Amino acid sequence: MFGWTGTILRVDLTKGKVTREATDPQLARDYLGARGLGGRIVSNEVDPTIDPLSPSNKLVFAPGPLTGTFAPSAGRFDVVTKGPLNGSLAGSNSGGTFGPEVKYAGYDAIIIEGKAAKPVYLWIKDDEVEIRDASAIWGHNTHDTTDLVRAETDEDAKVACIGPAGERQAPIANIMNEMHRAAGRTGVGAVMGAKNLKAVAVFGSGAVTVADPERFKAAVIKARNMILAHPVGGTGLKAYGTDVLVNILNQTGALPTRNFQDGHFPNADKIGGESLAAKVLVRPKGCFSCVISCGRVTKVDSPAYAGYGEGPEYETAWAFGADCGIDDLNAVTAANYLCNKYGIDTISMGATIACAMELFERGIITAKDTGGVQLTFGNAAAMVEMVRQVGENEGFGAKLAEGSYRLAESYGHPEYSMTCKKQEMPAYDPRGVQGIGLNYATSNRGGCHVRGYTIAIEVLQNGAVMDPHVTEGKAQLDITFQDLTAALDSAGACLFATFGIGGAELTEMLAALTGVDYTLDEFMRIGARIWNQERLWNLKAGLSKADDTLPQRLLSEPIKTGPSAGEVSHLDQMLPEYYALRGWDEQGVPTKAKLKELAL
Amino acid sequence: MAKILMIHPDKCTGCRNCELACSFVHEGQFRPGASRIQAYTWEREGISVPMMCQQCDDAACVTVCPTGAMHYSTTQENLVEWDDELCIRCKMCTIACPFGNARYDAASSSIFKCDNCGGAPECVAFCPTQALEFVDDEQQVRSRKKAYAAKFKEAFQEVR
Repeated sequence: MFGWTGTILRVDLTKGKVTREATDPQLARDYLGARGLGGRIVSNEVDPTIDPLSPSNKLVFAPGPLTGTFAPSAGRFDVVTKGPLNGSLAGSNSGGTFGPEVKYAGYDAIIIEGKAAKPVYLWIKDDEVEIRDASAIWGHNTHDTTDLVRAETDEDAKVACIGPAGERQAPIANIMNEMHRAAGRTGVGAVMGAKNLKAVAVFGSGAVTVADPERFKAAVIKARNMILAHPVGGTGLKAYGTDVLVNILNQTGALPTRNFQDGHFPNADKIGGESLAAKVLVRPKGCFSCVISCGRVTKVDSPAYAGYGEGPEYETAWAFGADCGIDDLNAVTAANYLCNKYGIDTISMGATIACAMELFERGIITAKDTGGVQLTFGNAAAMVEMVRQVGENEGFGAKLAEGSYRLAESYGHPEYSMTCKKQEMPAYDPRGVQGIGLNYATSNRGGCHVRGYTIAIEVLQNGAVMDPHVTEGKAQLDITFQDLTAALDSAGACLFATFGIGGAELTEMLAALTGVDYTLDEFMRIGARIWNQERLWNLKAGLSKADDTLPQRLLSEPIKTGPSAGEVSHLDQMLPEYYALRGWDEQGVPTKAKLKELAL
Repeated sequence: MAKILMIHPDKCTGCRNCELACSFVHEGQFRPGASRIQAYTWEREGISVPMMCQQCDDAACVTVCPTGAMHYSTTQENLVEWDDELCIRCKMCTIACPFGNARYDAASSSIFKCDNCGGAPECVAFCPTQALEFVDDEQQVRSRKKAYAAKFKEAFQEVR
């Protein structure tokens, strides 16, 4: 096989057993890798009705076929599992250098099953695989864990690990790799914690081979040049990072503010990418094979929040910033550093604190609950303190660690949780951008922007222009983006590569790399297959049409100020059309004809 | 005109496209372990530094080589070449190089050192941030020195 390594590693932590199996060429061809192949494995092997934190859940680390090559910005991997936040066929995608290292070690996927009797880490050096005692490492933050594991294995090992939040199985815990990159969403870190698995360390000395080197090189050069020539992919993201979006979304009137009570934040500029570049940026950083370099190496000098690390991304700056009514970039960056060390998803963390702030201001919780902290919107010191308490499992932090849905529900007010399928929505207000609301509502892993990024068209006008405030055409737009992204994720590419290239360029690179005669139609059909696979499994897990919705606030309370004032989400106008175009019945169940068409 | 590979660590983002391009042009596959250039990243500090053969004028690898396999190129200026036929794999060059830029690869039983891709280095072509440049040697040294002097100039300007 070209592009794929041809081998899958299986690690049973209960029995302490390591086995290898051949990658099924047909499955690889039909599901590519990463999210698609990982989803196929979980879908085949995990009962949808189990407790996600039980030993019967499985965790799959999988790079894509493009991962490990010089296809531009295509060095990614996915962690796929039954997600603890909402029980869906979930997972999260990360960059850095971990994914390529898994390929060089010889694996298309690492399947982790069972549960170790005591804390362990996995050490993979090519063919040599060991389950090692992690008792001395348990309890350490992600940065120290990375160093400790390297000291015991290889100084150049790539390490994916959990922090204290994952150890405690917090449903908003993430998995960090190379210290600063995160498989952030859906609570994948809690699954590692539940398995007593502290880290996976990999060193690989092997190769990724290519079916048609000349054709592949030509396709890569074309794709690189297209990204480098693009104003966002080639220039904007390197200069300002993803945080450049703060001002753009605020100008659209779709920057959710104070727990989505508004869609416009007057002081947005203070937390935006331009301010970040002027005040805390040290230098841009790139993931493996990246030509974009949106990563931010940053430094905070202000004594209260002094630190050094990476971030914030746009979503993080929004979650700890506008969503909490905070315009202090230093505090926002400090909260980001803490999350990276404790192993917490920044979107869910910031949005959960925002939810708590609203509960506090409404008198549903009081200073008695928060240990004396005045948890009001705009209180930057309180926000950072709450992140610390979650990380240290102190005081009110234990409640916040459960995420905003469980928090608000425990006080009898789930309506103040700004979540879809119990996962916190990201930084685009569905009232100001109609298509993204439909994407949140239908997303297979709950509130999520990256698996159907209609913002590219509705706001950024990348290749086409659509009015963000209208609903016409948005169902089809969503489906196109959802399918494209499912295939792109599964190939190992980065979403940001679409600021320059599209499905055609990805298809050409995949075909030249693997030798499989992929066409653009087939590439999109793979995406649809993966989307429907996730949907089918979710239906078996108990999710239904009733879960394809948005918080009531977004459907009935208009945005108060800014360019989108007066707008609400018109989800009801888009959802039936979405089901119909998907080939699903009125209950959102894929029809037999659709499944046959997708070979599912 | 003699050219040299110049590295600018301040521009390096740690993406390792250079390693991929190097291994692909030399081996026809993607194996960073087989790359003649390595970009190392210190994650805590967020700093990346590319390392490759400096093509020394007075090269330790050439001096210690007992068979003449490692030699100064007669066809290209500023190039130390390695001859597969003459090499006896004693690995003295890997010990002598103060930078570790001559490496022995057990998998292919060969010495890996930069050959400038015959005058058109692929690592330079694939570096997205111009952290690697293949430039005229004298002019490059001059402009680098002048660029640093400019920092002093700015400091003095502020004092005045």
